[in-house]
Amino acid sequence: MYEELKDEGFAVITVAIDRSAADARPWIELATPSHPSLIDTEHLLPDLYGIINVPTVIWIDEDGRIARPNDVSFGSNKLKVMTGIDSEAHLKRLRAWVRGDGPAMTPSEVRAHQELPTAEEQEARAEFTLAWWLSQEGHAGDAERHFVRAGELAPHDLTIRRGSMPIRGLNPMGFAFLKLALKSALKRKSLYLYRPLKDSA
Amino acid sequence: MSATLTLLHDGRADEIPVVNLSRPTIAEGALESMLGWELQPEGLCRGTMCVPVDQEALVREDGLDLRILADALQRPLVTDEGHAVAALGASHHDRGDVLASLEAPDFTLPDLEGNLHSLSDHRGKKVLLVAYASW
Repeated sequence: MYEELKDEGFAVITVAIDRSAADARPWIELATPSHPSLIDTEHLLPDLYGIINVPTVIWIDEDGRIARPNDVSFGSNKLKVMTGIDSEAHLKRLRAWVRGDGPAMTPSEVRAHQELPTAEEQEARAEFTLAWWLSQEGHAGDAERHFVRAGELAPHDLTIRRGSMPIRGLNPMGFAFLKLALKSALKRKSLYLYRPLKDSA
Repeated sequence: MSATLTLLHDGRADEIPVVNLSRPTIAEGALESMLGWELQPEGLCRGTMCVPVDQEALVREDGLDLRILADALQRPLVTDEGHAVAALGASHHDRGDVLASLEAPDFTLPDLEGNLHSLSDHRGKKVLLVAYASW
């Protein structure tokens, strides 16, 4: 994707919302990237951009303005059967935008598709910050209370609920996650795993 | 009797002396140096913007009441008294206002080798920003 468009004034920045470089390295090296691959152990990007799950993709134009807000794309359709997300559609739109063959959204469309952070989400992020600090200081038991509280405040925020699992000794692909995914399937309206923009469907 | 509170805020950890861990306060000087606000007769001010605050409740003998301050700034304050640590998060109004302005918030993060990169390094290019994880 990037190789194909690198001469056209286009840059890809990947940010791993992970607890350490060691966690993200296999993913970064798998992609053999020629673009900045960054690590965000403190969840700065979720805080600044209101990101509640991965993968999240955001388009930013030449003037540093948001041209398409938080959307879901996996970069390929390998996981489509599992996720129901058509990533090829996103790539097609992206190519057209980068080449100037197709528009991004208008500012009012971007606004209409944005979900701005709530007070509860920001409090959940503060609880996560506290829990992560306690965990790094070796206070796993007390960290756990704050991870739990963060999850109660923002049950739909998977960067907190699933992202904290490796720190808490839970398997993010295991039973704890399956329980979360099942609940999400049952309560489709209040909690769901992926939230693609409506024009991505 | 005094103690030290670790205050996690704005991506930093500051140690501040407090008298009472269950009612932490910060010095008026720290309000400006740490958080960028000043106490004025009209309230808490940053540049030309002021927000109202109950000054009687805010100003205590040992400093400015952190809880009252956080509420006035609409920033979440969560604490773990046992470990003398608190996290002061960002206001959802502040975060929401920036996003609604459509200005992409700048950030600086390290790559695997520890080199720092900023979004603003790429001004003049179209950028695809991808957040992903191994979990």
